[in-house]
Amino acid sequence: MTRPVDSPIVVYGSRLLSPYIMLFGLYVIFHGHYSPGGGFQGGTLLAASLLLVRISSGSKIAQIQFSDMFTAPMAVVGVLIYFFTGLIAILAGGQYLNYELLPLGDMHGAELRYWGILFVEVGIGLTVMGILVSLYDNLVIGEDND
Amino acid sequence: MNKVINLLLIIGFTGVLLYASMDLPYRGSPDNPMNQPESMTGTTVAGHYYVEKAYKDAHTPNMVTVVLGDYRSMDTLGEQTVIFAAGIIGFLILRRRKKNKEDS
Repeated sequence: MTRPVDSPIVVYGSRLLSPYIMLFGLYVIFHGHYSPGGGFQGGTLLAASLLLVRISSGSKIAQIQFSDMFTAPMAVVGVLIYFFTGLIAILAGGQYLNYELLPLGDMHGAELRYWGILFVEVGIGLTVMGILVSLYDNLVIGEDND
Repeated sequence: MNKVINLLLIIGFTGVLLYASMDLPYRGSPDNPMNQPESMTGTTVAGHYYVEKAYKDAHTPNMVTVVLGDYRSMDTLGEQTVIFAAGIIGFLILRRRKKNKEDS
């Protein structure tokens, strides 16, 4: 557990910045079809927004924003989203990760591929974010323990 | 003496690299070997197919996303698994080390 930084400017500045960085991370993930970006970059930005508060306000207060119980499970959920996107395509009677066979309403062909890519990117983003935050949380265990 | 030799080696290699880079094709030129439908050995080139079909196949203007998420999606699954495995290994090692330190 790390302690908060003494300067209030740093603490409140990071709290002000964190939601905007998080919003930009979501934008990078969901706008990856039209601009540079995607799951890896967006997940890193999401992790940066959480780590900013963790470093400045201390681990104890940062638990209110995002508990460290959920970081590793979130990484698992990301891998499972990717894996099951492929598995559902097999169960629908096609090849692994062939998005054209996902059972999604009355869409077909290219539109289904569009959505399949989006699911996959969201899964990657969740994994990258969960892993980065969980690494930081485990590195600071036992520091300033009081 | 050693420094002079190192400097000469660096200058020599810089010269070799600069000379080799003069022969590189211009980036994004349609005459590049990677943008032709057939390579020099007569096989079809993947990049040409991506440029031509990416938008039709997935309705996504960003070609890189289509290659990463659709054509090469198995590769991306591997990348994600590598990140996940690295994170879990870090998780296990750090947890264990910290616990041992508290015991002793």
